[in-house]
Amino acid sequence: MISETLLMNGYGLYVWSAFAFTLSSFGLLYVVTKIQYTKEKTKFISKFGTLNSERAAFAKSQSINKEILSNTTNI
Amino acid sequence: MFKYFEPNKIFSVTSKAPRYVLFLFIIFLSIGLTEALILSPEDYKQSHSVRIMYVHVPAAWITLGIFSTITFLSLIGYIFKIRNFFLISKSLAPSGLVFNVIALVTGSIWGKPTWGTWWAWDARITSMLILVLFYIMYLVAWRIYENNDKVFGATSIITLLGIVNVPIIKYSVDWWNTLHQPASINILSNSSIHISMLFPLLIMTAAFALFSLLIFLMKYNTELIKIKNKGLDRL
Repeated sequence: MISETLLMNGYGLYVWSAFAFTLSSFGLLYVVTKIQYTKEKTKFISKFGTLNSERAAFAKSQSINKEILSNTTNI
Repeated sequence: MFKYFEPNKIFSVTSKAPRYVLFLFIIFLSIGLTEALILSPEDYKQSHSVRIMYVHVPAAWITLGIFSTITFLSLIGYIFKIRNFFLISKSLAPSGLVFNVIALVTGSIWGKPTWGTWWAWDARITSMLILVLFYIMYLVAWRIYENNDKVFGATSIITLLGIVNVPIIKYSVDWWNTLHQPASINILSNSSIHISMLFPLLIMTAAFALFSLLIFLMKYNTELIKIKNKGLDRL
C-alpha cells in the first residue's frame, strides 16, 4: 500500500516532485514575507522607543500606530 | 464607499486575520493533500500522473485571478486616485508571481510523462511565461520608482498591457492547435471532469486561495507598517 502510494505505477517521481516544489515554494514565500514583516515591525518599535513622551503620545493617538504596538499578530 | 478601504479602518482587521487564515489554510491543505495524493482515483489514460493537476490547475487559476484583480484595482486606483488600491495590488503581486511559477514548473513536470517533453513553445505555455514577465516587470517597477505618481502610472500601464494576455491564455487552447488539453471545467456548461476528481481539485483551489490571502495580509500589514515608519521619521 505504502510503496504503491510512493511509486504510483512509475509516475511517483513526477507527482511527488510537483507537490514538493509547490509546498517548498509556499514555505519559502511564507518565510520571506514573515522576515520582511518582522523587520518592519521591529524597526517601528525601536523608532517609537526613541521618541520623546510628547511625540510618543501624539503618535499613539493614531489608532493604527496603537494597533501596531499592541495587537499586531505574531504570524 | 471607498472610505471603508482606508488603511486606518481596515488595519485592525488585517492585523488579526492572518492567524485565522493560516489555521483554515492548514485544514484545507491537509484534506486536499489526502484527497489528491491518496483518495482520488487514477485517470484511465494518464494513470497517477493526473494527480499533478491538483497543484497545477489551482495555481494557474489563482495567478490569473490575481493578475486580473491587480489590473482592476490599479485602474480604479489610478482613475479615482485611491492610493490604498495600489498598496493592495502591490501586496497581491508576490503570491501571484509564485503561483505563476508553480503553474509553469508543475506543468513542465506533468508534460514529461504525458507529452514526452519538459517544455514546448505551445500557445498556452508561452502565454503563461509571458505573464511571469509581466509580474516581474510589475514588481520591478515598484522597486525602481521612488515617486508615487510615477510608480502608480508605470504599474497601471504594465497591468493594462498584461491583461491583454489573460484572455489569450484562457482561449489559446481553443484558438490554436496546442499540446495543452482544452479546459475540462466550464462554469457555463457541463464539465468533463468526474466528481471524484472535481472535489479534491476544488479543495486544493480553496487551500491555495487561502494561502494567497495569508501572504496578501502579511504583505499588506508590512507595507502599512513601512508607511508608518516613514511617518515616525517625520515627527
